[in-house]
Amino acid sequence: MTLVDPELDAIRSGDERIFEELTRRHYPAMLRLAMAYLRDREAADDVIQETWVNFLRSLDRFEGRSSLRTWLFGILTNIARARRRREARVITFTSLFGLLPDSRGPTVDPKRFGKNGTWLTDPPSWSQVPEQILEGQETLAQVKEAIEALPPKLREVIVLRDVAGFSADEVGQALQISTGNQRVRLHRARAAVRQKLEDYMR
Amino acid sequence: MRCREVVELMTDYIEGALSESDRARFEAHLSTCDGCTRYLEHLRTTIRLSGKLGADTIPPELEAELLNAFKDWKSRG
Repeated sequence: MTLVDPELDAIRSGDERIFEELTRRHYPAMLRLAMAYLRDREAADDVIQETWVNFLRSLDRFEGRSSLRTWLFGILTNIARARRRREARVITFTSLFGLLPDSRGPTVDPKRFGKNGTWLTDPPSWSQVPEQILEGQETLAQVKEAIEALPPKLREVIVLRDVAGFSADEVGQALQISTGNQRVRLHRARAAVRQKLEDYMR
Repeated sequence: MRCREVVELMTDYIEGALSESDRARFEAHLSTCDGCTRYLEHLRTTIRLSGKLGADTIPPELEAELLNAFKDWKSRG
């Protein structure tokens, strides 16, 4: 399938305004994705710059089989992963935890269930939490922190799916991972963020 | 299905990836289990909140560099 993309045409014809618009619009999600691999904002911005330069260079080869966004984020992923490998001189906690996504362990503390596998105590209800608190800046800061603490393999998936709002297909293409693998990672990521929120709301 | 297993199926459920029979069993469990119903609500809230994370704006220096890169690319045509 070839997609008709007026923005792509505009860029090909050298429209600076559209290009700027595009770089602005995609910046937040690109930054979060780059930060999934690199902790430092400056390095992330470098990766974003390299991504756009690469994007322009490969414009001729882009055949529109994926969306422009998927293609762009695919480039970003490759560059950020490569840079992270180069810079991973020290074995950090994060890289150790990077092994976790492939593990099959439970995402909810087993101690919360009785011998028969049912909840010992139900999780608390959030329906009584006022919206200003539930969606307040402090709660969102918890979400952000929880996502930043995830190993990169989990972070890249939740950032694209839940933060940036990509579809499952788009994420599969951008990260080159299977749908099944994506769901496993997404589940682990969401469960970790949920736990952090539960602790915070307590 | 026990709660311990049900919680691990929640993303598959949300994503519509369960088989029809698993989905029926999942929903049957939920209809009688407050704990799992809440857990599912928690996950949905988590997803919604992730989508609300504030957007950083592009730093002016980067924007300028990108525009230069674009002009460069254009001139090489």
